[in-house]
Amino acid sequence: MEDDAIGSAMRRYVTRRLAQAVGVLWAAYTVSFFVLYYLPGDPVAAMFGGGLDSTTVSPAQIAELRHRYGFDKPVFVQYIDYLGKAVRGDFGNSVSTGRSVTATLAGALPQTFALAGLALLLSVVIGGALAVSASYTRRRWLRQVLLSLPSLGMSLPTFWVGLMLIELLSFRIGLFPAFGDGGLRGLVLPAVTLAVPPGALVAQVLAKSLLAALDEPYVQTAQSKGASRLRIHLRHTLRNASLPTLTVVGLIGGQLLANAVVVETVFSREGMGRVTANAVTTQDIPLVQGVVVFGALVFVLLNLIIDLTYPLLDPRIIATPGSRGAIAGVGA
Amino acid sequence: MINELTGQAAATVDPVVDPVADPVVDPVTVDIQPGLGARVYRAIRFFAHRPGLLLSIVLVVLVIVAAFWPGWLSGRDPLRGDPSDSFRAPSAAHWFGTDALGRDEYSRVVHGAQLSLKATLIAVAVAFVVGALLGLVAGCAGRWVEGLLMRFVDVLLSIPGLLLSLAMVTALGYGTVKVAIAVGIASVAAFARVMRAEVLRVRHATYVEASRSCGARWYFVLRRHVLPNSIGPVLVLATLDFGAAILSVSSLSFLGYGAPPPAPEWGTLVATGRNYLANAWWLTALPGLTIAATVLATNRIARALDGEWARQR
Amino acid sequence: MGAATVTRATIADPDEESALLQVRDLSVSYRTHGGHIRAVRGVDLDVRRGEVVAVVGESGSGKSTTSHAIIRLLSDTGSIDTGSVRFGSGELTGMSERELRTVRGAQISLIPQDPAVSLNPVQRIGEQVAEVLRIHGLSTRHTARADAIEVLERAGLPDPATRARQYPHELSGGMRQRVLIAIAIAAGPKLIIADEPTSALDVTVQRRILDHLQQLTAQSGTAVLLVTHDLGVAADRARRIVVMSQGRVVEAGPTREVLDNPRHEYTRRLLASAPSLNTAYSRVSASRVSAAEVPAPAAPGAEAVADVAHLVKDFALPHTGGPRRAFRAVDDVSFTLRRGQTLALVGESGSGKSTTARLLLRLTDPSAGRILFGGLDVTTARGEQLRQLRRRAQLIYQNPYASLDPRLSIGEVVSEPLRVFKVGDRAARVARVRELLDRVALPSTVINRRPAELSGGQRQRVAIARALALRPELVVCDEPVSALDLSVQAQVLALLAELQNELGVAYLFISHDLAVVRQIAHEVAVMQAGRIVEQRGTEELFTDPTHEYTRELLAAIPGRGAGSTWGRHPGHAR
Repeated sequence: MEDDAIGSAMRRYVTRRLAQAVGVLWAAYTVSFFVLYYLPGDPVAAMFGGGLDSTTVSPAQIAELRHRYGFDKPVFVQYIDYLGKAVRGDFGNSVSTGRSVTATLAGALPQTFALAGLALLLSVVIGGALAVSASYTRRRWLRQVLLSLPSLGMSLPTFWVGLMLIELLSFRIGLFPAFGDGGLRGLVLPAVTLAVPPGALVAQVLAKSLLAALDEPYVQTAQSKGASRLRIHLRHTLRNASLPTLTVVGLIGGQLLANAVVVETVFSREGMGRVTANAVTTQDIPLVQGVVVFGALVFVLLNLIIDLTYPLLDPRIIATPGSRGAIAGVGA
Repeated sequence: MINELTGQAAATVDPVVDPVADPVVDPVTVDIQPGLGARVYRAIRFFAHRPGLLLSIVLVVLVIVAAFWPGWLSGRDPLRGDPSDSFRAPSAAHWFGTDALGRDEYSRVVHGAQLSLKATLIAVAVAFVVGALLGLVAGCAGRWVEGLLMRFVDVLLSIPGLLLSLAMVTALGYGTVKVAIAVGIASVAAFARVMRAEVLRVRHATYVEASRSCGARWYFVLRRHVLPNSIGPVLVLATLDFGAAILSVSSLSFLGYGAPPPAPEWGTLVATGRNYLANAWWLTALPGLTIAATVLATNRIARALDGEWARQR
Repeated sequence: MGAATVTRATIADPDEESALLQVRDLSVSYRTHGGHIRAVRGVDLDVRRGEVVAVVGESGSGKSTTSHAIIRLLSDTGSIDTGSVRFGSGELTGMSERELRTVRGAQISLIPQDPAVSLNPVQRIGEQVAEVLRIHGLSTRHTARADAIEVLERAGLPDPATRARQYPHELSGGMRQRVLIAIAIAAGPKLIIADEPTSALDVTVQRRILDHLQQLTAQSGTAVLLVTHDLGVAADRARRIVVMSQGRVVEAGPTREVLDNPRHEYTRRLLASAPSLNTAYSRVSASRVSAAEVPAPAAPGAEAVADVAHLVKDFALPHTGGPRRAFRAVDDVSFTLRRGQTLALVGESGSGKSTTARLLLRLTDPSAGRILFGGLDVTTARGEQLRQLRRRAQLIYQNPYASLDPRLSIGEVVSEPLRVFKVGDRAARVARVRELLDRVALPSTVINRRPAELSGGQRQRVAIARALALRPELVVCDEPVSALDLSVQAQVLALLAELQNELGVAYLFISHDLAVVRQIAHEVAVMQAGRIVEQRGTEELFTDPTHEYTRELLAAIPGRGAGSTWGRHPGHAR
């Protein structure tokens, strides 16, 4: 009976999260639509003013383009048209290459996915290890040193870190290739570069929550049972402290995608980042919108996964209102 | 009659009793209003224990000087150089070396502070004003207004900051100010969230209800209790955002969306230096190091302010 | 009380047994920004086998620090400076961390202060109990589960097999405290240190849990070091009492002796101000008001200030799929407040007493009922009418740390109501603030200080001054002394009583503490589950309670059993 209650609470929780995810995606699409198409005033002029000399485009051609992109209709109708296509996965065609936005992004995705995936792994593993050692050690100076590393990592400009790694490890020592897409060896430097800021963030948040958790009364209870410091870390503080860190990991996904723009430029790699940089340079509005909505999609999906992981780590997330403990047991 | 007398007796006896019964009072209240000398001494001791903070403040002051009076720090012209003097490594004559046209790199970094700082200030101001206003309105209004505003903020949060900035740049076009606004808009969400959280915390604080139950009107409570007590963490966030804004602005100018080439801007300097990475490392390393040091310094100051604020509460 | 007397009788003569725990000259200090603070100075303490010893003192007296120093569980900033702690044949102060781990839990265990936060929120109850058994090798991986359930059962947790699978947030405070007791007794320690084990719980729960703990330890011959601020609890439970003040032991001895014949001034003051050990005639004893000032029985003739009739408040419960449900927090409550009189609303947490007060002040809207204020119906007052009501009825909050804006000076805090209603000019307001501060016996030098620079008692005086600034007819006091130390409590209560005599203000006094109520109220209304179950004159109610629940509440007051013999002791006469 109780399992039933928890099951239905879980279902409600999942349904609510899914609905929220769809809502956020829709809103992200809407915001990007109005920012990109209407903030500049005239989208056609913005799209073609940058790429073509305005004298070569006659008013008739502009009117033709306007009609082709549907900008001669009322704003609301345009929005509904575009949204309807977007729901079916059609974000229009790139202005500069003429290829469909979806296909362009899909083609660039694997490269960036490998890069961002490795960077995520590196940042969680290294950042996590740093935080746990800072919390575990009893040497004050060591803790101070370890705790100061994250704020250093977050202060370094990503593009600069990449360039310095190239200068030191490629040009001077020749350990890794400086540019290009070749194999796993070529992936190392970009992934490390990309992992620095999020790794620092993970380390900072986890260390802070671990140290805060050490001051919690339940740790004292564990100590009074005779538990060792290692046991306290593994059984008690790590699990409690991992919740805020998990939230941060949700934010990192989007950050990685965005920073890939910089890293792929620095290392001259092909991928989503380069596509984005080129799209912004050529003011390719449909492509930029595709990237923005894709960024939001990554964020939403990652957070959906994390929200569904929460209840496994913290039973309080799904507090079943019918749970008898709180009411029946008063004054036991 | 008797009651009256004994009552008065109690009133005169009480203050004598209280300090005895409340030993907490005395040690805390003794050194509350120190003299000027004591205050200077305390400041010296404070910074002596925190050399990093002192260094950070010095560095930030230098950057501000460089932005407003670059001539004080460097006598050379950042735009003109001697082509025969190109690609000199750092030396006493050229602290940061020279670039492909023989221009003094140090002077270019000093003069670049102006554009970078301007962009950063605009970005932080946009984020602070728009974000705090959104948060304040959401926190005070409650109900559907709060729901609507905070959902909007959620959407801003769901688009990765740099991508949002890039979208704004696509729409607005290139240039330092436009890049700055784009960066500012991207961090509006964080300010709105913190401001709202603080307003909610303070709004439900007992002393606010106490003021309301005294008969104070809402605008009086807002001005006297809610704003002063909630603005602190937002100001700390602003100092923290300063470092983040420097990084974002320089990233965008590194990608080539900032000031057009001849103007010395920090991100642009690194982007230019990148072309000579193999033969002139200083053109990349030193401007980049300047950015990193400035960000580190502002973050250190933000952390100190945060600590002070936390202690005040 | 039966259990308690039986226990005492069965303990073997302690003098024949050697001391189990022997603390000598223990000093502990904390590192802070301002230098070292010595929290414990040269404490001596003995606990013999199977004996219950109580350490009594107010907050900051060093009693908790002492108890934690014994098993070396001080925070990172705390350290033991000197002294020895002998336990059995070992010296605890010299042990390595590894050796200490074999003592903690197995030989000496701890029952911590706050059950709400002392259990790991993300681990099942059973695992948390089993952990202590596993650490000390008393259970194998396979038997740990069943063993944990068995221990939970011994700790008096109903349906232990189910509870073992639950998480802490699914249990009530009382049940969590039983889990903590289970953890403490699991490995069969020789000594249990109980640090304010029940002070976060309601009185009736408190009593049941302490009874059970006493029974368990008596059966197993476990010694208990009971740390408490409540002299009543100590009197009921302990064989010997150690009184601490400002880091030192000021008095120690057998319970009877300490209570009947206190030698130290501080013990006497503690005894005098412990409300649970006093009877009505000692009302406001701390300010030396004569016994003539017993609150007169409620005079029905006195002018009514406020009249509340059939008040109801429903709170909507979160929607859970079924039909909308509501929780009735206040159910058909009626009373009248009269000029110069105090009506106390008494009940345990969740009984609706605070909600009633907030309804009266119109800080929340009633679902039904009628509130007359000075003959005027204010049930639905809005805008200016409500503001005028605020002028005539003021509120004093439970927590003086939260009710004053930390950024304002005391002068600004007290003058706020005057500014809000534009009373007088700046100079007149300053003069009035000085007068008010003088009235609540605060020196006028506090006028420029911030709340953080004052003690709890002083802050509550500031709150009282603010409440009186507009010369209200009614002041609602919501647990005004429950956050304060005992001796400060007595002073604040005395001040309230005295101000009432002078100004003729009516009080609605909210409290969970019957003993406090007895000192100040003319009339008492006992609330349970949103209803007033009994409303009588104070003396009548205390001597002859008619309702079952009132009797239960009265019986649960700690120290009441002992109080009959020495509660009337002239200790408070100094």
